[in-house]
Amino acid sequence: PGKMLTNISSLLRACAQKSVSLNMFYPTNCFSFVFKCDLHKLDEAPATEVVMTREEGLKYYHIMQTIRRMELKADQLYKQKIIRGFCHLYDGQEACAVGIEASINMSDHLITAYRAHGYTYTRGGTVKKIMAELTGRRGGIAKGKGGSMHMYCKNFYGGNGIVGAQVPLGAGVALACKYQGNNELCVCLYGDGAANQGQIFETYNMASLWKLPVIFICENNRYGMGTSVERAAASTDYYKRGEFIPGLRVDGMDVLCVREATRFAAEHCRSGKGPILMELQTYRYHGHSMSDPGISYRTREEIQEVRSKSDPISLLKDRLLSNNMASVEELKVIDVEVRKEIEDAAQFATTDPEPPLDELCNHMFSNNPPVEVRGTNPWAKLKSVS
Amino acid sequence: MAAAVRFFIRGANSRLSVGTGTGGSLGAALLKLSPSCSSRSKTQRRHAAHFTYQPDPVPTQYGETQKMNLFQSITSALDNTLSSDPTAVIFGEDVAFGGVFRCTVGLRDKYGKDRVFNTPLCEQGIVGFGIGAAVAGATAIAEIQFADYIFPAFDQIVNEAAKYRYRSGNLFDCGNLTIRAPWGCVGHGSLYHSQSPEAFFAHCPGIKVVIPRGPMQAKGLLLSCIADRNPCIFFEPKILYRAAVEQVPVESYTIPLSEAEILQEGSDVTLVAWGTQIHVLREVSDMAQEKLGVSCEVIDLKTILPWDVETVCKFQVSNVTLWISKTCTQQRVTCCILGRFAGRQMKTCRTHPIPPLLPGGCWTHPNLFLLPGGCRTHLSPAI
Repeated sequence: PGKMLTNISSLLRACAQKSVSLNMFYPTNCFSFVFKCDLHKLDEAPATEVVMTREEGLKYYHIMQTIRRMELKADQLYKQKIIRGFCHLYDGQEACAVGIEASINMSDHLITAYRAHGYTYTRGGTVKKIMAELTGRRGGIAKGKGGSMHMYCKNFYGGNGIVGAQVPLGAGVALACKYQGNNELCVCLYGDGAANQGQIFETYNMASLWKLPVIFICENNRYGMGTSVERAAASTDYYKRGEFIPGLRVDGMDVLCVREATRFAAEHCRSGKGPILMELQTYRYHGHSMSDPGISYRTREEIQEVRSKSDPISLLKDRLLSNNMASVEELKVIDVEVRKEIEDAAQFATTDPEPPLDELCNHMFSNNPPVEVRGTNPWAKLKSVS
Repeated sequence: MAAAVRFFIRGANSRLSVGTGTGGSLGAALLKLSPSCSSRSKTQRRHAAHFTYQPDPVPTQYGETQKMNLFQSITSALDNTLSSDPTAVIFGEDVAFGGVFRCTVGLRDKYGKDRVFNTPLCEQGIVGFGIGAAVAGATAIAEIQFADYIFPAFDQIVNEAAKYRYRSGNLFDCGNLTIRAPWGCVGHGSLYHSQSPEAFFAHCPGIKVVIPRGPMQAKGLLLSCIADRNPCIFFEPKILYRAAVEQVPVESYTIPLSEAEILQEGSDVTLVAWGTQIHVLREVSDMAQEKLGVSCEVIDLKTILPWDVETVCKFQVSNVTLWISKTCTQQRVTCCILGRFAGRQMKTCRTHPIPPLLPGGCWTHPNLFLLPGGCRTHLSPAI
């Protein structure tokens, strides 16, 4: 029936106005695809017959496109030296952030490492505030004091610079959830490089022992800075590294795979079975950070191949178009909308003033009344308000 | 960029008077020295280093020299070590391709992948592994990618490496271990690429902590650390990796540890620092001479632990104000090193009145990448 409908709809579209008629498209579509899902100590697997509604599809497209454009804009601003410091870009990995968020609630918790712009957005930060934080202005999500690596919002614990240090924190958050009995869980992300840190294994042990509702997610983008996974890890099956923790590995470039895997994992946690480990096989187009060209340890051909065959936004777009769930024009409208939002945010981020200097020492401690802080010489007194 | 500045005022013969109370006259006078240093705070955007690197004179006693910057001098030292010591191995994150600061470029190709190899991302593991390799007889040179990341390895350094010889009654030791790490403010490093953690280690008997001021010093000191029979931590000022260029001997040579160097003689004030701050202080001492007529002695401490007490405290004092200025991101550095100097000072000058101690000159908050570097001393041109 798809083909006939497609033909009719194309005909009608050709006659119709530029505005798109919603009746032309399938409101939902059931995708039955056997997505590769490796399991470790699990008897069940995530569903392979998944349903995506048109609404969902367009939403995922919008969010992924926003993240993509935002990261590319950040790249541009960095090269113009408007963003300084360190900047780790997320483009290529959008499906992970969007897929995960699709299966958890805003009341759940999430913590990740420094490649955090995408998650800041999916967890509720606005593009404006994110970009202003990157440029270090007072309108930034951390008041301009954190920068790229330190962005936070409700139920999103950052944004952490030290590799692997966020994982025990995530387990702690999960403990609080369990203790408070609110049926919330914590999604605790780290990368393939961090997977070799000792504190991660300490966390696996604690989480498993106490059956904490934590989903450990390893975003395996094949390179820990410049080191490929084969050269860093004795076992690159990161989903098995939890040993006694059940694990699954899915394609992190397909937003629906990520969504279903997370849905499965969330159910596992919420049913009280304890932690679960997910590995998302994904890819980043940019280098590790803006100071890494990204081509000294991998070939341009490899990057091109991933871009052409597995780009998450293209995958979703193809799915929507070929299943007649959206039109090219509609997606273009979303693109234009996104572009405008990013431009406005960049404009704001460039023009917003920097945080005032008298806020320099604020929030060092929790204190009331303000505390006196010594400046660079014994007679320079600064004030810390908290 | 961080260093401690010990500011000693020689009492009786000094033409300076140290005021009591706030706004001590000397300090205030020196504060007014630099043009942009004022009590009004203002945001300043820094796009270049706020000091000029002052190269050492060309050394003549070590043979042929070559123009090198800091990272090249480190490479040269490592090259000399790998060629002369068959048990030497270099390991750390990303050292194989040359390192994130290019300190190990070419070494893997020259000496093989079993001598220059990458480790996974695990600082505690790297140092622990290094200790083991050193105990077993290899000359282990471990690299921690940034000094900010040394903290997971803190337990290994302080509890394992430092105490190995002592607790085994000299049966075992890890003297063959040298840990290298890029160190100090660089302007855009913010919280985790700017730290100067030497003070955390400065209270740990059993290890040595060394910080060079330039390429020629770095090579000699690093070779001394490698040769030294104690585990050494060698911090390399990252802001100087490219900025510091001078003539460095091509062959192996050593500069003794625990020997401070008097870079400039002076009669009124002694300034003690290490690492990048030396160059700031040299500018400051010139300014002090020019504008205040104050003659400053500048001492490069070089080895933080064990430090050269004799050279630093050798002048006659009758009334000394110990003034510590630190430009790093760890406030407790100030207190700890202050304590050490104070302790020593009191011991040396017990026949004289105990001087008042003024801590000063440090940002007591984490380094913000927005602000132009965390580089301040009350004596330096403010950034």
